[in-house]
Amino acid sequence: MSKFGNNDKKEVPAVSTASLPDVVFMILFFFMVTTSMKEVELKVEVASQSLPQATEIKKLEKKSLVSYIYVGKPRAAFQKTLGTEPRIQLNDSFAGLDDIKDYIIAEREKRDEAEVPFMTTSLKVHKDTKMGIVTDIKQELRKASALKINYSSRKKV
Amino acid sequence: MGKHKTPEINSGSMADIAFLLLIFFLVTTTMDTDTGIARQLPPIAENNKVKTEVEIKERNLLPIKVNQYDKLLVGGKPTLVNNLKEKAKEFIKSNPTKNELPEMEEKSIKGINSPVLVSKGIISLQNDRGTTYSRYIEIQDILVSAYNELRNEAALQYFGKTTFDELSEVQQDAIKEIYPQRISEAEPKNIGGK
Repeated sequence: MSKFGNNDKKEVPAVSTASLPDVVFMILFFFMVTTSMKEVELKVEVASQSLPQATEIKKLEKKSLVSYIYVGKPRAAFQKTLGTEPRIQLNDSFAGLDDIKDYIIAEREKRDEAEVPFMTTSLKVHKDTKMGIVTDIKQELRKASALKINYSSRKKV
Repeated sequence: MGKHKTPEINSGSMADIAFLLLIFFLVTTTMDTDTGIARQLPPIAENNKVKTEVEIKERNLLPIKVNQYDKLLVGGKPTLVNNLKEKAKEFIKSNPTKNELPEMEEKSIKGINSPVLVSKGIISLQNDRGTTYSRYIEIQDILVSAYNELRNEAALQYFGKTTFDELSEVQQDAIKEIYPQRISEAEPKNIGGK
């Protein structure tokens, strides 16, 4: 009658693996949800390999508070019409210097008022770009008083 | 034969399929951590305000100029990029016995008992419109790393920790007061053309 006394005759049952798919699916869903496909379609050449390298880099915190400005040569498909001079890309389209201010204001309006002081502008600039255009962008950002910037660069190896 | 129940579908391979998908997503997921050099731009000078030119003594200023050929002029002398860090560190650290280095001022700093000599030096960075972006970032990086190295040295000297990051917030502020990061970027000038 004892619950524990007579189980030496029985075989130990195999561990049920029926729930294994469930576990795996759970992990799978986690990764599916967190995977972020590229949000913007790049029209200028700023692949992560073409960013400048640096050693004293910091991680960009709070991605939701970051607005991006891309600068580089237009991609091959656009070079026929736009040439190879470096261009600015905001969101999904090419832009001029005058559009930066509006872009920053639009980005600010998307956020909560309390978060505005913590907003950062990340400059993703191709490493072969001349500083002229970058200086102009910096001046525009100063005019829009978006003073926190981040020169996007990758770790020097 | 027809009376037999339809056998259950073997779900043993379900796990394999799920694993396959899992591995696919694991591989394609790029936990895209954006990294970069953080900088604060100076607020723009308002037009209606009278520009107050702050007079800075020559010895307190280390002008770094980069031309359109990516060549450096540090304190009026052509310098190689490899030597910039040493020069910057020497300048930032300063030395009360040397006249050509920036002036030093005794300051009492919260968290450190004895007053500390703090340099008044400012690094001024001016680049040409034709300078490449990679050279600009390289120089910014060197300057920041010069500051960081000195701050680490100070952390060891005053608080006995090998890196600045290990210190408490109050201690970090004290070190920041000893070596304030003063990199000024001159208003852009168009000298070398495009």
